[in-house]
Amino acid sequence: MKHALIGLTAMLAASTATAESVKPTDVVFVDGAVEVSLSGVVGDPASGAEIMNKGAGNCIACHQVSALSHLAFHGEIGPPLDGVADRWSVAELRGIVANAKVMFEGSLMPSFYKTEGFVRLGDAYTGEAHGDGDVQPLLSAQQIEDVVAFLVTLKEE
Amino acid sequence: MKKTTAFIGSAAALVLVPGLALSDPDEDSLTINGDIPIVTQTDAPAHTENLSEIYSGWRFRSDETQAFQMDDFDNPGMIGVENAAVDWETVDGSAGKSCANCHGAPEEMAGVRAVYPKWNEEMGKVTTLEMEVNNCRETRMGAKTWKYTGGDMTDMVALISSVSRGMPVNVEINGPAKETWEQGKELYYTRTGQLELSCANCHEDSYGMMIRADHLSQGQINGFPTYRLKNTKLNSVHARFKGCVRDTRAQTYKPGSPEFIALELYVASRGNGLSVEGPSVRN
Ligand code: HEC
Ligand code: HEC
Ligand code: HEC
Repeated sequence: MKHALIGLTAMLAASTATAESVKPTDVVFVDGAVEVSLSGVVGDPASGAEIMNKGAGNCIACHQVSALSHLAFHGEIGPPLDGVADRWSVAELRGIVANAKVMFEGSLMPSFYKTEGFVRLGDAYTGEAHGDGDVQPLLSAQQIEDVVAFLVTLKEE
Repeated sequence: MKKTTAFIGSAAALVLVPGLALSDPDEDSLTINGDIPIVTQTDAPAHTENLSEIYSGWRFRSDETQAFQMDDFDNPGMIGVENAAVDWETVDGSAGKSCANCHGAPEEMAGVRAVYPKWNEEMGKVTTLEMEVNNCRETRMGAKTWKYTGGDMTDMVALISSVSRGMPVNVEINGPAKETWEQGKELYYTRTGQLELSCANCHEDSYGMMIRADHLSQGQINGFPTYRLKNTKLNSVHARFKGCVRDTRAQTYKPGSPEFIALELYVASRGNGLSVEGPSVRN
């Protein structure tokens, strides 16, 4: 099962393999979903699992994930992600992780692949203003693909 | 990213069973020193449309943290109160006065904490307790002002709060303070920073839930200054606001800024009816 899904991601990736990463401002959402791989490189579920727990990902701050039950402190702001791949397609999961506010209007979930339209954007967690430099999205294109690759392993059926 | 976030920062400091979700405020009740009953839950004031009940942050803390606040001998915040009681009596500045010379005993300040921030007619704006203290130091004592969130200042605010413990918070939001209050409300609902979260997202939409290792309260300020076990000192309202804004990956406002004064008035008003608790103890 896991293999089949990774295969699917690989196929999608292959079609854009020569392309550079899709820029955050160029991502095409269709009903909240994003068909095309953002990086063109197959996601690594093990790396995705790590991002779930740390850095700018930190998904378990808001979500419970039984597959990550060895990690402490899972939050409750969002729904548990167990079986999430039964509920959403790969493209939908990619859309949700890239910018959940497209799928869920007004969502509390941060937009992980977005670089504009912020109010008082800071320089990470310093409390200082961001300044004029390029804004980096919370997660890179490859990190999004890695997280999506992990999410597609979360099946219950 | 050197600074850790609120989500991650306290994970190590807390001892909770992983995955065990505490939810909602607990049922405990608080009486300080066995004789100051504290209202930690009451009907939300009419101007706080989206809440039906309001709760003190005390109700969201663990039994161990709660216990620190039940007796002044166990409350580490009372050390700040004692320090300020000395400052209260100490002559400072060119006028050769102490606070006590004009105000008498600190107990004369009973009731003051409960109504601040408040419109100051003379200055033509809403002032906080910190501003009142610095105004007295500068213009009435000829003494140097204290840093807004500095230790001397926060200790003094703790002293002034301590003599109002048990009294209901009752800040005025109508009349000349109305415009400032509206500005504070606007700030409360604005989603800031790269995480695009507002005060309301965490403290209104999600209170009672866990965010990583933190049990979210309503973010009330009736307990300020708060002694935090995390940084082992008394924390002022604006220092706390600053930390919460920073954790949305936003550029914060400055302590003492017009924005934080407005936000303080608005947040205080959401707690009208809760008892003054400061100095309280939080994690
Ligand atoms: C600040 C809290 C927060 C964080 C952090 C967060 N989410 Fe979410 N997430 C939510 C909320 C709330 C929802 C529910 C959707 C809505 O807004 O209605 C959600 C929904 C989802 C869903 C759809 C779940 C379903 O069953 O319908 C997925 C998948 C998801 N999030 C993945 C992630 C991933 C992956 C990360 C980390 C990269 C993450 N989330 C980080 C709050 C968060
Ligand atoms: C020279 C006399 C004088 C001194 C010294 C003085 N004050 Fe005041 N203070 C006043 C007056 C007058 C007011 C305004 C009228 C009032 O509310 O009592 C005031 C107001 C205040 C208020 C607002 C009270 C309220 O009811 O709204 C606070 C708080 C305060 N002072 C604290 C202090 C502190 C702390 C010190 C010492 C650091 C101090 N004052 C020193 C005269 C003084
Ligand atoms: C990402 C979620 C989040 C956001 C957004 C947030 N806070 Fe907080 N806040 C917390 C957490 C976590 C705590 C510590 C636990 C608690 O008391 O809720 C806290 C604590 C507080 C406290 C201390 C409460 C007490 O009883 O000691 C206050 C006051 C507060 N926040 C105010 C605010 C204000 C005002 C804003 C908007 C400028 C804000 N917060 C935005 C997460 C948040």
